[in-house]
Amino acid sequence: MTEMVYGAAPVRDGEPILPKWWRTVDKWTLSCILMLFGIGILLGLAASPPLAERNGLAPFHYVTRQAFFGGLAIVTMLLTSMMNPQVVRRLALLGFLGAFVALALLPIFGTDFGKGAVRWYSLGFASLQPSEFLKPTFVIAAAWLMAASQEISGPPGRIYSFVLAIAIVLMLAMQPDFGQAALVLFGWGVMWFVGGAPMLLLIGLAMLVIAGGVLAYNSSEHFARRIDGFLNPEVDPTTQLGYATNAIREGGFFGVGVGEGQVKWSLPDAHTDFIIAVAAEEYGLIMVLAIILLYAMIVVRSLIRLMRERDPFIRLAGTGLACMFGVQAMINMGVAVRLLPAKGMTLPFVSYGGSSLIAGGIAVGMLLAFTRTRPQGEIGDILRGRLR
Amino acid sequence: MIRRPLRPLARILEARAKGENPDAIERENRRLRHEEMRDRARVRAEGRLLVLGLTFFCAFSVIGVRMGMLAASEPSEPRAQASGASIIASRADIVDRHGRLLATNMSTHSLYAHPRQMIEPARAARELAAIFPDLKEADLARRFADPDRKFMWVRKKLSPEQMQAVHDIGEPGLLFGPREMRLYPNGALAAHVLGGASFGREGVHSAEVIGTAGIEKFLDEELRDPAREGAPLELSLDLTVQSAAEQVLEAGMTLLNAKGAASVLMDVRTGEVISIVSLPDFDPNDRPNPLVEGNASDSPLFNRAVQGVYELGSTFKIFAAVQAMDLGLVNPQTVIDTRPPMKVGGHRIGEFDNHNYGEIPVETVIVKSSNRGTGKLALAIGPTRQQAFLKSLGFFEATPLEIVEARGGAPLLPERWTDLSAVTISYGHGISTSPLHLAAGYAAIANDGIAVRPTLLKQRGPQAGERVMSERAALAAQVMLRKVVTEGTASFGEVPGYHVGGKTGTADKPKERGGGYYTDKVIATFAALFPAHDPRYVLVVTLDEPVETSGTKPRRTAGWTAVPVAAEMISRIAPLLGLRPDHRSAAPEALIEASR
Repeated sequence: MTEMVYGAAPVRDGEPILPKWWRTVDKWTLSCILMLFGIGILLGLAASPPLAERNGLAPFHYVTRQAFFGGLAIVTMLLTSMMNPQVVRRLALLGFLGAFVALALLPIFGTDFGKGAVRWYSLGFASLQPSEFLKPTFVIAAAWLMAASQEISGPPGRIYSFVLAIAIVLMLAMQPDFGQAALVLFGWGVMWFVGGAPMLLLIGLAMLVIAGGVLAYNSSEHFARRIDGFLNPEVDPTTQLGYATNAIREGGFFGVGVGEGQVKWSLPDAHTDFIIAVAAEEYGLIMVLAIILLYAMIVVRSLIRLMRERDPFIRLAGTGLACMFGVQAMINMGVAVRLLPAKGMTLPFVSYGGSSLIAGGIAVGMLLAFTRTRPQGEIGDILRGRLR
Repeated sequence: MIRRPLRPLARILEARAKGENPDAIERENRRLRHEEMRDRARVRAEGRLLVLGLTFFCAFSVIGVRMGMLAASEPSEPRAQASGASIIASRADIVDRHGRLLATNMSTHSLYAHPRQMIEPARAARELAAIFPDLKEADLARRFADPDRKFMWVRKKLSPEQMQAVHDIGEPGLLFGPREMRLYPNGALAAHVLGGASFGREGVHSAEVIGTAGIEKFLDEELRDPAREGAPLELSLDLTVQSAAEQVLEAGMTLLNAKGAASVLMDVRTGEVISIVSLPDFDPNDRPNPLVEGNASDSPLFNRAVQGVYELGSTFKIFAAVQAMDLGLVNPQTVIDTRPPMKVGGHRIGEFDNHNYGEIPVETVIVKSSNRGTGKLALAIGPTRQQAFLKSLGFFEATPLEIVEARGGAPLLPERWTDLSAVTISYGHGISTSPLHLAAGYAAIANDGIAVRPTLLKQRGPQAGERVMSERAALAAQVMLRKVVTEGTASFGEVPGYHVGGKTGTADKPKERGGGYYTDKVIATFAALFPAHDPRYVLVVTLDEPVETSGTKPRRTAGWTAVPVAAEMISRIAPLLGLRPDHRSAAPEALIEASR
């Protein structure tokens, strides 16, 4: 009674956070992501000891690091997924500003770790790749701008977002990191498509992409060699691609057995770009199909959930995140089976890499936040008799 | 400023008329329009999202299917096989004209090491050094211990015994790679023709076998062409003839203390080289390294029959005679004044041993080998026609034989072809050619006047070459060559039953540093054709610095050196060639008499 009079007892104006989160989050996607993370650790156990041995570290050095960063990524993902879309948007925009500035300052403060492309900041205990963080936050920024342009007498957000995208692509291409650049451009294109791009312009864009590819082929030695390698039907068995193909053959349907694989000893990128080859060799087609199914499930399910979304910002941002995630996985696996030209791209959540894991956690966390079940004005539809 | 229209205008005007605030109405209208826009956008987005979702699903399915196809494809020994495919290791066999093997492949193994996989590098080095005495234990141990070394070759070829011994070391870091290796089962036989082979691009799982010399290099691409499907390369050589020729020549070379020797046996109609020998020779299975200093022509790798260009002396006289007869300037009985003195361009033309043969017919000029006699013929022919004739016989460029060394055998010709050149060339000085050139020239006389190009590949029929002289002149020249053997300088050349004809040539060797000729070093040559009444084969035998010492003073002329060797060779190889001895003394002279 006293409490009622003086109002001392806290009165919640809504549902508690955790139960609400559990009720509304897409549990299927969440489980898929957790399973992918588990697979990542499992494959790390297989793929990274040779690398650790080469670098003179304890055999499971990279696995430990992967588990640590993975844990961090999962926590980040869960926290992000609990925020409401508005908070996500605000934080992501701040993050975008930070990542953009970091990317712009790379040529001055960055390091190339002797790999020929300035992509990292060295922090001593770890390295940071700003482009990994820029990708998801750029999607949010672009979605925000595009959604704003759909308001009545709103700003010309599409143009702004396009200018942003081009600026980022140019910066990435200068590093050079054509893979990430293509990914950013692709993410923007998908959002533009869903946000109602005119068909004619879309066709024009496709032509532009082709022209850009031809230009890159003619001007960049590095790029041209990779394309030539792809177009040549003979796989040179001494290349990474050759080893990867052989590993998949070797694995067959059920794999050669845990720890029995050989390809991880010959591939320098076995723990990152070609981890799918390690999976195929040791665990066979079964594992590979499971991984593909998980990615497909995450992407397709998220897109289907977003179909019901009324809010244009959430719809666009969710689409951009889901598609970028899916395409990155697709490119990685497509390269290993020679459907696509060789392009270094990590398999999100499975490949080793601190920045990529945490950035992946943020991206997927935001995706989960956007795909949470929320009222979509169904009552209003019913009242107005537009029930479908 | 752009003014926004007031909407819905009617209601706002009405509200204004009533004195109400129209903002609420306008806001309500904007909200409704916004809702409607969002609904439209959602409907459109729904469709496009569905398209995206389907696209992703299909793309992932494609990757899955592709993975499945790869996984289901032949789980063969992938790396070994795939890397072998990039290097084509197969190389066609080489056989002689009767299909007898001259060069083939043998599978063997190479030995390489992965030092990082080694368990006991020190012991491995010690035991390897024991198996291969030419490897140094300390050297191996140092290389096995090098932490930067992931891979190293130890041996390129292993014998089965060596392989077993290495296997018995039991070191996992020592590995074997399959190899195809080129094998010449006949050893040094026809070494200069075959040349040799070595490894080109090498991988762990196979290595390219490439020709390094001879026909192996000349026809390298053809031999490696996978489209051959293993069909052997058929040469014109006859293994048994080649063997006999080598034996006889080697014995002759030893007996006569020559430093080198060469012989060429050619089919006069097809141009096929049946046997070609150059001594000293080598074993193509273990090809020696080229000389780094000194004269390359002293190396056993040097092919004297093709690369060596020499002044071949009086063997050239028959070309002057046959051309003069072909041009109608003389006939075999035309008398030539060979008495001294004869001076051309300020030089005196002499004879062997300062003989004076007097006034003799053309036939005797050849039989006695008179320099002044052929010199007169050459002056009558003139330098221009002489050049054209020799060129038509192939004396102006390297022989087109199918071995790489042939290109190196370009003749040495006078810079300006003066009357003096014409005279000296008529008796084989001032022009340096290979024995093979000479054989091709004699073949044109022997086949009654058709130029042939020598070849090492088996031919299906006679060459349809250009006619370079009349049949009549060629037949007359054959008679003269026969008479050189029956009554002239090559009397040791008679082989009963085979009617050898031919011409000797003894040329003083020019001094290497210029300035005249040696008096005690000669190149002795005998160019023969047999059987003389219907020549089938031409044989050229050349000896480098031979000397015959059975008499009171050393004899170096071809009649005492090259001729007996050639005669012995013909008596050995003529039966092998399937020629029947003919003791009925078929006299070509009679034939010529009849045709006159």
